[in-house]
Amino acid sequence: MIITETTGAVDTGRAARRGLFRIMLRNPLNVASMIVLALFALLAIVGPWIVPFPPNLVRPDLVNAPPFTSEFVLGGDLAGRDILSRLIASAQGALRSAAILSVVSFALGVSAGLIAGYFGKLFESISNWLFSVILAVPGIIVLISLYTIVGTSTTLAMAVFGVLVAPSMYFMVRTLTRAVRKELYVDAARVSGLPNRRIIARHVLIAIRAPVILMTAGLAGVGIAVQAGLEFLGLGEPAVPSWGSMLTDAFFNIRLAPEQLVWPAIALGLVTGAFSLISIGLRDALEGTYVKPSRRERSRRIEAVRHGADARTEEARESPPVTHGPEPDGTLLLEIRDLEISYVQRKAITTVVAGVSLTVREGEVVGLVGESGSGKTQTVFAALGLLPDEAIVSSGSIRLGGVELLGMPETEFRALRGPGMAYVPQEPMSNLDPAFTIGSQLVYGLRAQNGCSRTEATEMALAMLERVGIHDPVRVFRSYPHQISGGMAQRVLIAGAAASRPRLLIADEPTTALDVTIQAEVLDLLRDLQQETNMGVLLVTHSFGVVADLCDRVVVMRDGRVVESGPVRDVFDAPKAEYTRSLLDAVLDHAPARGELNTKEVTRA
Amino acid sequence: MPRLLSVEDVVVSYGRGRKRHQALNGVSIALDEGETLGLVGESGSGKTTLGRAVLGLVPVESGRITFEGRDITSAPAPERRRLARQLQVVFQDPYSSLNPSMTIRDILIEPLVAQGLSRKAASARVAVLLDRVAMPSGALDRYSREFSGGQRQRIAMARALALEPRLIVCDEPVSALDLSTQRKVLDLFIELQERTGVAYLFISHDLAVIRYVSHRVAVMHRGEIVEDGHAREVTEAPRHPYTQRLWASNLVADPTEQAERRATRLALAAATVP
Repeated sequence: MIITETTGAVDTGRAARRGLFRIMLRNPLNVASMIVLALFALLAIVGPWIVPFPPNLVRPDLVNAPPFTSEFVLGGDLAGRDILSRLIASAQGALRSAAILSVVSFALGVSAGLIAGYFGKLFESISNWLFSVILAVPGIIVLISLYTIVGTSTTLAMAVFGVLVAPSMYFMVRTLTRAVRKELYVDAARVSGLPNRRIIARHVLIAIRAPVILMTAGLAGVGIAVQAGLEFLGLGEPAVPSWGSMLTDAFFNIRLAPEQLVWPAIALGLVTGAFSLISIGLRDALEGTYVKPSRRERSRRIEAVRHGADARTEEARESPPVTHGPEPDGTLLLEIRDLEISYVQRKAITTVVAGVSLTVREGEVVGLVGESGSGKTQTVFAALGLLPDEAIVSSGSIRLGGVELLGMPETEFRALRGPGMAYVPQEPMSNLDPAFTIGSQLVYGLRAQNGCSRTEATEMALAMLERVGIHDPVRVFRSYPHQISGGMAQRVLIAGAAASRPRLLIADEPTTALDVTIQAEVLDLLRDLQQETNMGVLLVTHSFGVVADLCDRVVVMRDGRVVESGPVRDVFDAPKAEYTRSLLDAVLDHAPARGELNTKEVTRA
Repeated sequence: MPRLLSVEDVVVSYGRGRKRHQALNGVSIALDEGETLGLVGESGSGKTTLGRAVLGLVPVESGRITFEGRDITSAPAPERRRLARQLQVVFQDPYSSLNPSMTIRDILIEPLVAQGLSRKAASARVAVLLDRVAMPSGALDRYSREFSGGQRQRIAMARALALEPRLIVCDEPVSALDLSTQRKVLDLFIELQERTGVAYLFISHDLAVIRYVSHRVAVMHRGEIVEDGHAREVTEAPRHPYTQRLWASNLVADPTEQAERRATRLALAAATVP
């Protein structure tokens, strides 16, 4: 998606506003679950009026009557009562159980979780302790002992069970609230003078509503299952029909009329299943799970993109990039020609890279600059073979040392990475696995590439760490990623990338996340390594300062196209494309400092 | 006449016991009406903490913060609420600073309603606010995710301006923006200041940005202010070794000039290493 700064109307994201409900309706499983739950709720409400017979009516002549043979459509049970009527009449109790359990756990867990997560401190310590204790209590045993004290009351039992499952709600809400509490919009609301209770209601509760609804739906299903379990154990009210007690009755009868087990089992399975499926569907709708398209769908999309490609490529051809003189001599390393990358979302085709061509020669540092959405990262990801599955490369070619990379099997591609080309990412921390030491990650990578022994790889890794300017390589080798700074982490990644002496290094905003003083040092390191090994470097950046510092040539991209390319000095001194000029004009380095405050001029409007 | 904002010898620390880390180590700054004080430093220098201390978002351990002569160091909640009319904020991340589930209208109304305005009176004002930051009023019923970073930052500006404050703490307000957007938003900051006389405590890691918007600059390093003065002096002829190093590390978008600056930096580094 290309987002440009316009003050006019923006039409992106309209679709995002569409209701969750409609997204959920797209999945037939969700629709089926909703229908089941609606029927269940309806039966619970109107059940007493529509049952064909009173559920406790006993017809001795129809004891264990088989289904579909008498006026008891689903047959009679061991006491001669109508199974269908009892099945329908049980819905009310099941719904009540689900409601009580979810309301109690919701009220307790959400309110305590919100307060603990938002204010923390003493309340949090006490409530953590309390809910941990509840969590440790064996639920069924508590319920059974409760029966011996207060007798059979499904309502009370469900309320108690609601308390027992409240900790799961509490801990989830507390964790979510704590995260939302750190959001800047909560700080902004505090600065606005909004009282805490309004912040909690307006900002926190809304932000965490989805997972809370999800868990409530899950707990409702649990409520029905637990009630059935208790009734099955004979701990229910005998006069009230329930699916659990029906199961018990059928169980006594299992040799005589095994089919009696089927009906309550179906009812229970359908309703608890529907609750689970609804919560899963809700989660998928909220997280927007990516569904991989079928092979046929994919080829249809590729065809669609190919079809539309001509016009765009034509357009790109009509306004070719501005170049400064002929390309330099030297051995071609990376050669990208007329690359086009598109994404298909439902019916719309978004072309993020349209006819991009660029080259990197041996020993040359090429800067690829552009603003967000210019397609620079997509271009290098295509070269690295790291594009997501949804991306469609509809035309063009990418050659590394004369070998075509597009369409190359993954196994061959893997052999190329390392000695052929290496990659330094933007976020050093998220590219190191927090579960392993730096050393083990470097050794693993080296062995995968060179097939050397562990000792050899360790020696190489230590030497590389020293080479990238780490003063105490042994300590860093043994450290976990969280124990080192961001600048250090980037050095480690550069060490890993440079270890196999690649011919081409692709670096994506390698210093953007770093402090300026660290950035300068990391750029020094890249320069030194490049000169040492004479590798080619393709450096993606949004900063003209980085280009000026390190690059020989620069390629300027905008909206998926190259607008200008040439030697750094030429482009900086005399930019030919309008866009390059406007970008260079926006650079503040040469803007005059703001003068001193003239106190006389200040008037308050 | 008292200064608009005065911070004297403020100490803030995080954590307790052995994990205690002093983020501000006796910092003093002062700011006048209509003035921009640029606060520059690297991550961990304490510049953001100083802004948050002024806003009352972190507790101050010792020292004094006064606003127009009134002590606001640890103002209780009701006073903070009154103070919100005078003291506002624009945060760095325009993605996290606007609630994704609220429309722009609700976001802009919120501070007004919090100050006791009726919803109706507040609604009447929001269109004017958007216009002030050069956004169309058609944006009101949209959600923040429908806007680009630069537009979101304009909306955050409009929210900060809603109560016509006298001081806005700007915490890296342009560092998440693209180059061309960055300059436009900075120009908007300056224009609004000239129009309304609001003062900015402008926090940034970028020397070029700081020097463009600030009248005066204070350089922070490890919880202390190491140098302050007029923007031009500090950014063109830095005196403190740290400021010199910061200046020399700052990249410049010109190959020749950058080569010179790199040489300066390497010379500085060589001089400090014994």
